[in-house]
Order: sequence, then structure tokens, then C-alpha cells
Amino acid sequence: MTSNSYSSAEGHIHEPPLRGIKRWLLTTNHKEIGSLYLIFSLVMFFIGGTMALVIRAELFQPGLQLVQPEFFNQMTTMHGLIMVFGAVMPAFVGLANWMVPLQIGAPDMALPRLNNFSFWLLPLAFSLLLSSLFMEGGGPNFGWTFYAPLSTTYAPPSTNFFILSIHLAGISSILGAINIIATILNMRTPAMKLMDMPLFVWTWLITAFLLLAVMPVLAGVVTMMLLDINFGTSFFNAAGGGDPVLFQHLFWFFGHPEVYIMILPAFGIASMIVPTFARKRLFGYRSMVYATASIAILSFVVWAHHMFTVGLPLAAQLFFMYATMLIAVPTGVKVFNWVATLFHGSISFEVPMLFTLAFIVQFTIGGLSGVMLAIVPADYQYHDTYFVVAHFHYVLVPGAVFAIIAGVYYWLPKWTGFYPDETLGRWHFWLSVIGVNLTFFPMHFSGLAGMPRRIPDYALQFADFNLLSSLGGFLFGMSQLLLIWVVVRCVRGGKPAPDKAWEGAEGLEWQVPSPAPLHTFSTPPEFIPERDSPGRA
Amino acid sequence: MSSLPLNRQQQGIRRTLWWLLLMLAGSVAFTVALVPLYDVFCELTGINGKGVNSARVLQSTGIDQQRNIEVQMITRTAAGMDWHFSATLSHKAVHPGEIHQMWVRMQNLGNTTGRARAVPSLSPAEASNYFLKLECFCFDDQQLAAGESLEVPVVFQIRSDLPEDLHRLTLAYTLYPQTGP
Repeated sequence: MTSNSYSSAEGHIHEPPLRGIKRWLLTTNHKEIGSLYLIFSLVMFFIGGTMALVIRAELFQPGLQLVQPEFFNQMTTMHGLIMVFGAVMPAFVGLANWMVPLQIGAPDMALPRLNNFSFWLLPLAFSLLLSSLFMEGGGPNFGWTFYAPLSTTYAPPSTNFFILSIHLAGISSILGAINIIATILNMRTPAMKLMDMPLFVWTWLITAFLLLAVMPVLAGVVTMMLLDINFGTSFFNAAGGGDPVLFQHLFWFFGHPEVYIMILPAFGIASMIVPTFARKRLFGYRSMVYATASIAILSFVVWAHHMFTVGLPLAAQLFFMYATMLIAVPTGVKVFNWVATLFHGSISFEVPMLFTLAFIVQFTIGGLSGVMLAIVPADYQYHDTYFVVAHFHYVLVPGAVFAIIAGVYYWLPKWTGFYPDETLGRWHFWLSVIGVNLTFFPMHFSGLAGMPRRIPDYALQFADFNLLSSLGGFLFGMSQLLLIWVVVRCVRGGKPAPDKAWEGAEGLEWQVPSPAPLHTFSTPPEFIPERDSPGRA
Repeated sequence: MSSLPLNRQQQGIRRTLWWLLLMLAGSVAFTVALVPLYDVFCELTGINGKGVNSARVLQSTGIDQQRNIEVQMITRTAAGMDWHFSATLSHKAVHPGEIHQMWVRMQNLGNTTGRARAVPSLSPAEASNYFLKLECFCFDDQQLAAGESLEVPVVFQIRSDLPEDLHRLTLAYTLYPQTGP
């Protein structure tokens, strides 16, 4: 690697700026790559969302109305894969690209060219994945968890393309994680110690290590699938001495840390926004850092709680039950810290704050149903029902997605130089909250009543709950069009934002002009821990 | 900005990069190791119900006349296989410590010579380490010409220290076609 790739922003200033498509294809600027990630994620959010609406339209009434079961299975599978790997993860990486250098006073990411490569792998991976829908035999239809032997012996021929696209997305994540760690560990402004970093940076540092640890496991699993399908091995094939349960162990050893990869940065965003609009410093900065690290470590020893019904020995069931419940402790620490930050604060309810408060409440609902699912005997009833669907959608949609939207509203003034429209934002918020709860809350009840996941048709007694969920789904989906409108309007103009766009905001990102110029912090900014550290006494 | 601090930063980034690549290699190596580790773990604990898939030595643990354990035998063939595969006796009451045998009958109903192998599973899984197979048809491939049939045994002993709460063991065999060498 030449030293050129490390060059700071100054190295590029005198080069003639590229125009058109080449500018975006070849950019090494963290802000432009951040924007690319966010736009890509928004596109995927709408593609995955459209698939969700196909699912909800089919489930609007009992019986088969719109799609065939084979296509329905492809929709549930692709919806999950696209939302997890294409929407939520890239959105967080985009926010990290934009905000981590600004928050630590660095001129750019540590490895700008690698950054470009990480991003451009994603459009490739997902056009490949989406193209499999049009192939003979259809796209992936085995659920986003792609359990063997559904995804090996009984898989459609397009599964090889699915495997390749997962590999590409995985490589993108690993390279992105390496870049983020290298940036955070080496490019902080002098005097900023680790314990002076904003929590968004902290949560991303820990998330990046999780990615580095588990994405190779995912790559290993899909490689074994590839070998089983094409080269006659029997990793997951009982006939050849393999074990399908091995697949589930390997998948969830990746999968459980993966769900924390999708929520830890959301914790970081909430920990930035709550203090700003409560006009108080974050309560318990250190305990927030330790809680994040504890959740990350615990995430490696709870994977089998996804597999209580495969026939685990009693001792294993008990271990995984208790370990899972233990996670509620550091998570509870976080929720209590946010509440304590709000306590006696001078709170104002701008749109980012609304989304964050909704995030805290709704994420906690998802967390509580998680504790219910952790109880082994209860899980035998809940397993593979809509109760599980309600649980993970509560932590992912009104949880992670709301936090991402909150972050977008919070930092849009810094990105565009204009405030997002407050009235439209409120409409977006209230329609989203009503829509999301109308969609997912009834799923608790249909699940408890016994409605299984991943079915295109259902028994009559589930009809009312499904009708509500479908109405809510369409309301939530349609109200996201408002988000696009708000963002487009905000890019074009609006009320100009000063450098420090929010009255109570702290942090280095508010020292640079709004909109942030392409190159910032060519010289490291002044940082006095006693004055500027979020963890100061 | 002088070039000195930048160089130090570059060195730092490079050093971090090497550490991260090392970590990544560690993760990859761990992933590769997971498969054999899983097999070893399952064999030691017997928890995936496969147990040890080779003959075990008879143990003189004494016969517990007081306990009756019901051993059930279930057979099935893989999808699309035109072999008949059944247990001649579907269940049997045994005392722990005794040596017993149960027989299966297989017949090739197809038109060509075929080779097949039964994959065993024992439940509940915690019994795996107490269920000793002294001889089993599942240790070997069985080759049958078209129409040919065969009766083969599994010879087993249940150790008398089988946990108290186990009263019924189920032996399940799935017959899979073998195509390899």
C-alpha cells in the first residue's frame, strides 16, 4: 500500500475535482461515502419495505389472494436479508462515516480508498441478490436464517448467487469495521482519550470489533453451504454424516452478535440526542461504556436461545436461558441512564428527540418480550410464532430504525446547512409511531394465540389481528415517503442552521460550519477534557 | 502541519491494521475449527444423539433386575429411496447391563443394485453415553442387488448406571443411499 492512500484531506485539495458519476465512483471522502451509504440504505429500506407490504397485503385476509406460497416465501426471505444486510447495517456505517471523523476531530477515515471499496461492494452484492428473484426457480425462499437443509438440499438453483452476495456484503462489513477501528484508535484529536469519546464513537468501536469477530463465521457458514451444494461435502447433510443442527449453531453464533451489531450504534445515537434536548450531560457515561462492552461480550454466549426446541440437553437450556436474561442487566443500565438524563432536564421536543424518546420506550417493549422469549418453557410455546416476529421487529423497527431516523434528523442540519422541516417531521413522527405500533403490537397477540411465522395463509381466528397489522404496515410504509420529502426539501433549502444547530448539543461536530465543508479538521481541533469530555466530572 | 505527527499517525494506523488482520485471521481459523470442535464436543457428551459410531467393548457393570427400560426402534428411508426398511420388533423391555439384539430387515425394491447406510439417532440424547453398541448394521454400508433382502442386527448393552429418570430410549435409523466410493 502506498503512503498516498493515507494522505490527509490536504493532499486532494489542489487536484481538479471530479464531476458526474466518476466523482461518486472514485470518491475517498468520508462525507461523500457516508452520504452514499445512507442513500443506498434508504433505497434498500424502500425495496425491503415494498416486500414487507407484499407480505402484509397477502396476510390482510385469510386465504391466498395475491401471491403464490413460493413467491411469499421469497418475499419473507428477501425482506429479512435486505433489511438486515442492506438497510440497517449500511445506514449505521453511513452515519459512522459521516460522524465518527467529525466527532473525534479527524480529517477523514484512516483508509479512504478501502472505504470507497467497502461501499461499492454493496450495490454489487445487492443487485446480485435481487437479480436472483428473476432467475429460474426463483430467489432465496428459505427464510433469512437460511437453515440447512432448506438452503442446501432443497434450495433453488439461484442459491449460489445468494451465497456470493452474502460473501460480498460480509467482506464489505469487515473492511468497513477495520477502517472504523483504525480511525478511532489512531486519529482522535490529541488529548481525547478513549474515555473522552462521544458514545456514538464508543458504541461503533465495540460494534466494529463484533463485526470483525463474527462476519468470518457467516462467511464460513455460507462457504460450507456452497461446498455441500456443489462439491458433495456433508457439513449439514445427515446422509453423509453431517448434522443440520450444526448449521443452526454456526448461524446463530454469528446471528446473535449480529443483532447487537444492529442495536449498539442505535444506543450510541440515543446517548447523543437525549443529553442535547434534555440540556444535561449524559447520566453515567462510564457505565454506558461498560454496559455496551458487557452486552457485546455476553452476545457470544447466548446463541442457542434461538434453538431451544432443537433438543438441547437441560443443562444447556438452563445456561443459555440465564445468560440471556443476564443481558437485561446492562441493557437496563442503559435505559435507566437515559431516563436519569431526562430527569430534571429542560426538555424540548424537536423531531430528533421525539424519535429518540419513542426509540427508548419501544425498544424497551421489544427488550421485555425478549426476556419472555428467553424463558425456556415459555419459548416452547412462542417459538416460530408471530410473537417472535413482534419481538424482533420491536427492537429493529421502532428500535434501530427509529434511532437511525432520529440520527438523520439530528445531523441533517450539519450535512445540508438547513433544518429539516419541523411540521413535516412531526407528521412523519406521529404517523410512524401510530403505524409501527399498529403493525407490530397485534402480532404479540396473534403469536400468543398460535399463529406461526412465514405462512401465506392462516386460520380464521387470526383474521382480526392480521387486518390491524396490515393496515398499520401500509400506514407505516406510506408515511416513510414523508421522510424522503423531508430529506429532499432539507437538501434544497429551509431554515439555515448555525454551526451548533441544537442549543444543548456538545461535541466537535458542532464546531465545523453547517453544512460541513468537504474537508474538515485538517489540523486537529482543540480538545480540553475537563471542558469538552462527555465523561468529565 | 509538520510531517512528523502525520507519520506517527500513519505508523499507528499501520500497526492497528496488522493487529486487526491478525484478529481477522484468528476469527477465520476459529470458524474453520468450529466444525471439528463441534464433532468432538458431541462425541464426548453424546448430546446430538449420534453417540459413538463404532463398536464398543462390553462392560461388566452387573445386571439391574429391578429396572425395566423400554427400547423402541424407529426406521425410515430417505425421500425417494425405493428400499424397504423396517424393524422386526418395534420395542423390547430390557434390564440395564444385559446384552440384547434387535433386528432390522431391508430389501431393495428397485431394479438396480444399490448401496445404503443407516444413520442412527438416539433420544433422549443424554442416554447416548450409556447406550453401548457392540455391533450394528449402521457401522457399515449395506449393498443389495435388485430384489435382494437382508436381516441385520444391532447388538447393544445399556450401562446399569443409566440415569434414574430415563425409562424409555428411542433408537431411530434413517436409511440413506450411498453413492460415493
